[in-house]
Amino acid sequence: MGTHLELRGLTKYYAHADGELPVLADIDLDIARGQLVSLVGPSGCGKTTLLRIIAGLESASTGDLRLDGQPLTGCDPRVGLVFQEFALFPWRRLIANIDVGLEIQGVPKARRRAAAREYIRSFGLEGFENKYPKELSGGMKQRVAIARTLIANPRIVLMDEPFGSLDSQSRNNMQNFLLRIWAERRDTILFVTHNVDEAVYLSDRIAVFGPRPSRILQIFDVSLDRPRDRTSPEANRIRREILSLLHQTES
Amino acid sequence: MTAKRMLPLLAVLLAWQAMSSAGFIPAYKLPSPLEVLRGLRDLITLGMPPGHQLAGHAYHSLLRVFWGYLIAAGVAIPLGIVMGWSRMLNAALDPIIEMVRPIPPLAWIPIAILWFGIGNQSAAFIIFLGAFFPILLNTVNGVRTIDPILIEAARTLNASRRFILLKVLLPGAFPSIFTGLRIGLGIGWMTLVAAEFTGVRQGYGLGYMIMTARDIQRPDQIVAGMVVIGAIGFTIDAGLHLLERVLLRWR
Ligand SMILES: Nc1ncnc2c1ncn2[C@@H]1O[C@H](COP(=O)(O)OP(=O)(O)OP(=O)(O)O)[C@@H](O)[C@H]1O
Ligand SMILES: [Mg+2]
Repeated sequence: MGTHLELRGLTKYYAHADGELPVLADIDLDIARGQLVSLVGPSGCGKTTLLRIIAGLESASTGDLRLDGQPLTGCDPRVGLVFQEFALFPWRRLIANIDVGLEIQGVPKARRRAAAREYIRSFGLEGFENKYPKELSGGMKQRVAIARTLIANPRIVLMDEPFGSLDSQSRNNMQNFLLRIWAERRDTILFVTHNVDEAVYLSDRIAVFGPRPSRILQIFDVSLDRPRDRTSPEANRIRREILSLLHQTES
Repeated sequence: MTAKRMLPLLAVLLAWQAMSSAGFIPAYKLPSPLEVLRGLRDLITLGMPPGHQLAGHAYHSLLRVFWGYLIAAGVAIPLGIVMGWSRMLNAALDPIIEMVRPIPPLAWIPIAILWFGIGNQSAAFIIFLGAFFPILLNTVNGVRTIDPILIEAARTLNASRRFILLKVLLPGAFPSIFTGLRIGLGIGWMTLVAAEFTGVRQGYGLGYMIMTARDIQRPDQIVAGMVVIGAIGFTIDAGLHLLERVLLRWR
């Protein structure tokens, strides 16, 4: 299948009061189609910045960014982003939040509503179609945010700590939920998390970032069969390695 | 309004009536509530000047407000949205607006008469000026305070500029726009009555009615007219408030 998303020598500086703040030093990363890749790293190392660059919300200072060999510039329909803060439109009902991407693409209402209903069914949101975001629980909002991104059919889905604000029970549920829909669709997913546990449970590969200005320190392949046992010796071994790597860089 | 909330008002009216009946308040200065009621009856049945009934005055006043207000909202909301969106346009227009805004709408009456003559157009123009600025400023502010992540969410879904203006900024600014609409209507209504003091061509208008009652020494009808103006203003605001609650259920 070869490389799907390709980051080469990506750097990012933010203009600051006293000079420039280098955030991303030199990022090289290749992601194959259909892989679920996690990014972990210390707080403030630029994970969100990297996702925002790939999503086209921000531009890289230097470097090269390609999807299926074509350069990525600006917001691109092939790239979808799920925001950590959900970023649902509060004035839209659940169903209209899900199908907004199709509305933007000009899909007629009857068709996009039908598509949204499919998502509502498979995401377990039946009965809430006409609720406003403020009436939904955190886990539901997160599912709506994911559905809103997936329905537009991007080739790669970026997720920024999507489950960070959920309690551990709904977090585990959402992880299994994500694995289930991913198993059906085989999207390429780039997943930012603070939680090494979560990264080991979900990912095919885990890229560990160093402190700012950051580069990728090491990439771990996780070839455990799914469904995974969170406490298997192999999972523990990978987790230990990642944690010690993160620990080293912090001191 | 509950009966309980009406109690203080009732108490004041009773006290007022008692003071008038006892001769503490001279009727030529302030008629008693009962006299005001009689004045109201005369306004409804006989009219002031005779033949010009209350309903006609209210109709003409409301018509002037309607047009002035409608045009104010129709110009201020779109302008406010693009001004909130584009820093350049805002920088260009803001100084002009800040120069014109402090001029009281009533100070425009002479020039309005010069431009439009005495009549509905002048009155509507004055109301336009009174309502325009609160609507504009609240719209600009509403757009400015929209969570930028919502605009980014739309951009990652590949929204056009038009979609962002109409389907993100407009609804997002709507709570603030509505505040502006309510303030604008209040000011417009106040301005109108004052504008009608300076004369109307048709011989209809609540402000004109009060001035005529003053000319022929009918304080009961003056006060009755004031009560009617207050009641209409209150009713319109209550209607807008209700509309706001329905339209902004998502908040
Ligand atoms: N628009 C901006 N202007 C200036 N500096 C910025 C901007 N956005 C982010 N930064 C800085 O860039 C650095 C990286 O931020 P970023 O949000 O990408 O980190 P992160 O890895 O996602 O952190 P966390 O794990 O806490 O979410 C931070 O020091 C942040 O202050
Ligand atoms: Mg972040």
